[in-house]
Amino acid sequence: MELRELTYVVVGLTFLVYVSIAIWARAGSTKEFYVAGGSVNPIANGMATAADWMSAASFISMAGLIGFAYDGYGGSVFLLGWTGGYVLLATCIAPYLRKYGKYTVPEFIGERYYSKAARLVAVACLIIASLTYVIGQMKGIGVAFSRFLETGYEQGLIIGMVIVFFYAVLGGMKGITYTQIAQYMILIFAYTIPAIFISIQLTGNPVPQLGLGSTLLSDGTYLLDKLDLVLTDIGFKEYTTTARLSSLNMFFYTMSLMIGTAGLPHVIIRFFTVPSVKDARISAGWALVFIAILYTTAPALAAMARLNLTETIEPIPGEYLAYGDRPQWFKNWEITGLLEHEDKNEDGLIQYNADPETNEMVTIDNDILVLANPEIAGLPNWVIALVAAGGLAAALSTAAGLLLAMSSAISHDLLKGVLKPDISERGELTASRVFMGLTVVVAGYLGLSPPDFVAGTVALAFGLAAASLFPAIVLGIFYKPMNTAGAVSGMLAGIGVTLYYVFQHSGIMFVKETAFLGSMSPNWFFGIEPNAFGAVGAIVNFVVALVVCRFTSKPPAEVLALVDRIRSPG
Amino acid sequence: MNNTNAYWQANIRLIVKLLLIWFVVPFLGGIVFVDLLNEVRFGGYKLGFWIAQQGSIYLFVVLIFIYARQMNKLDDQFSDEELEELHTDANGRD
Repeated sequence: MELRELTYVVVGLTFLVYVSIAIWARAGSTKEFYVAGGSVNPIANGMATAADWMSAASFISMAGLIGFAYDGYGGSVFLLGWTGGYVLLATCIAPYLRKYGKYTVPEFIGERYYSKAARLVAVACLIIASLTYVIGQMKGIGVAFSRFLETGYEQGLIIGMVIVFFYAVLGGMKGITYTQIAQYMILIFAYTIPAIFISIQLTGNPVPQLGLGSTLLSDGTYLLDKLDLVLTDIGFKEYTTTARLSSLNMFFYTMSLMIGTAGLPHVIIRFFTVPSVKDARISAGWALVFIAILYTTAPALAAMARLNLTETIEPIPGEYLAYGDRPQWFKNWEITGLLEHEDKNEDGLIQYNADPETNEMVTIDNDILVLANPEIAGLPNWVIALVAAGGLAAALSTAAGLLLAMSSAISHDLLKGVLKPDISERGELTASRVFMGLTVVVAGYLGLSPPDFVAGTVALAFGLAAASLFPAIVLGIFYKPMNTAGAVSGMLAGIGVTLYYVFQHSGIMFVKETAFLGSMSPNWFFGIEPNAFGAVGAIVNFVVALVVCRFTSKPPAEVLALVDRIRSPG
Repeated sequence: MNNTNAYWQANIRLIVKLLLIWFVVPFLGGIVFVDLLNEVRFGGYKLGFWIAQQGSIYLFVVLIFIYARQMNKLDDQFSDEELEELHTDANGRD
């Protein structure tokens, strides 16, 4: 079968699975819609959390970011940050919020800080963080469709939206949970198979995590030593030692991603779906096991594919590949614009090096590494089709989780919590379905005509979660005297300082012309880049909250009782 | 109440211990002192690089499972004690 037909069949089959699950797992009550009835097995929830968490960016872009844009070692910030956050989540957040036993994160903040204002601030943070994040997923869906299925970007996005709409509106958290489990299996299979093959080809070791530390079959030197040598020969920095800007920047970058991870509501609410507090703890462990399978494979894939690509272009030092002799995959990806060659010295050869004057590989997109890897490794067509289905699974599962977090914040916190507290359960269920539908449409619309601020998605989503929600939740559990005034001023200060730093670099809402950095140098605050600033925002939040709390009145007795309750044995 | 307090203190002590390891290994071993550790080889890896791109992730998994195991044990212990107390209370009233 031709690759394109095969891809249609594989992707079509996975979509059929999602739709079947949706019909089987319809939600009949608000409890099922918001938290899947609170009856999900902890290992199953771990798997669903892993799919919820690993987005189009983890699947398609991360290995390439590590291998190219972040020079290898510098990419450790993603690997550490997006896994280490689970330790914070498991020890400082998930068990207590499960014990609290309600449906949303703003609901906890509202009740703990006995304030509708606090709840509304939390809703606003949740929606801004989730919305910027979901636009990225919508783009991922459109891109995956247009590259693999050769549909237009718009058609692809609309097909993806219809699928999400169907199972999210029908099944709520229940439908989303069981589809996420299926999506995890598809995406992890699609990610590891090509990695195993490339590891065997280069080192003979079928485990990529071990292959990365093994010797090469070709000349017996260690893979990473060879990569360092090959890259420094053509003027790039050493792969295994080059930091992202500075140690301090990497420190803050990693910390920001960790704190942000632990504060992202769409991840936290996954732990509301298990039957008990004990299950919530264990489930966080399983979630990280399933995530770690991909996250320990990614650096191996990054290094191996970088070596492969470099050696394809320059097989022996000083001897370049003729443009006319380039392999088929090179031609395929040139069509998409992800690879681009410009014969600057007109010798018909491909010179690839670090010098912008003479480097002829003018475009090597980060995404190419995962997308083209099966072809570079010469794997059969079904593996390529699987990578397409895996990328779509990663994007769809994360999108659904984010959409649920947003729509439940609107129907449960805004509508039932503030505007219309006397709404019946039936009414709330209908409302949550309507809002889910609306959220899908809004996200899809923003995906079709992405506003300028999409570029800053990571900085904004993680920055906001780290600087606002994480400190408010942790203080609410671990610091009994924390009161409304402290929490709200802390959140506002954290958000304020983070937005200020991000916007002055990148423009207000990422409109470039409005950047107001002025005479200050970029990254002026100890050389910390905007993506790494969330941790600073979190520190500001903690400090402001604690200071304000000292000078304002104590929380009432029933709130203290609530804190005692969530702290008591599961 | 005293019981709950003891339980909470035990929880805090465990969290502090685990988060100390969570901080030291990746942030000091994988970032701050990475150049120093890179002098040491770990098979085909430089040790610091391995900690930053592999080792820390395995460590995180282990830390969470240790926390879950210890706390779940503690939960059982304290809920048993509560039951016993109720039991003796009931006996006392007899």
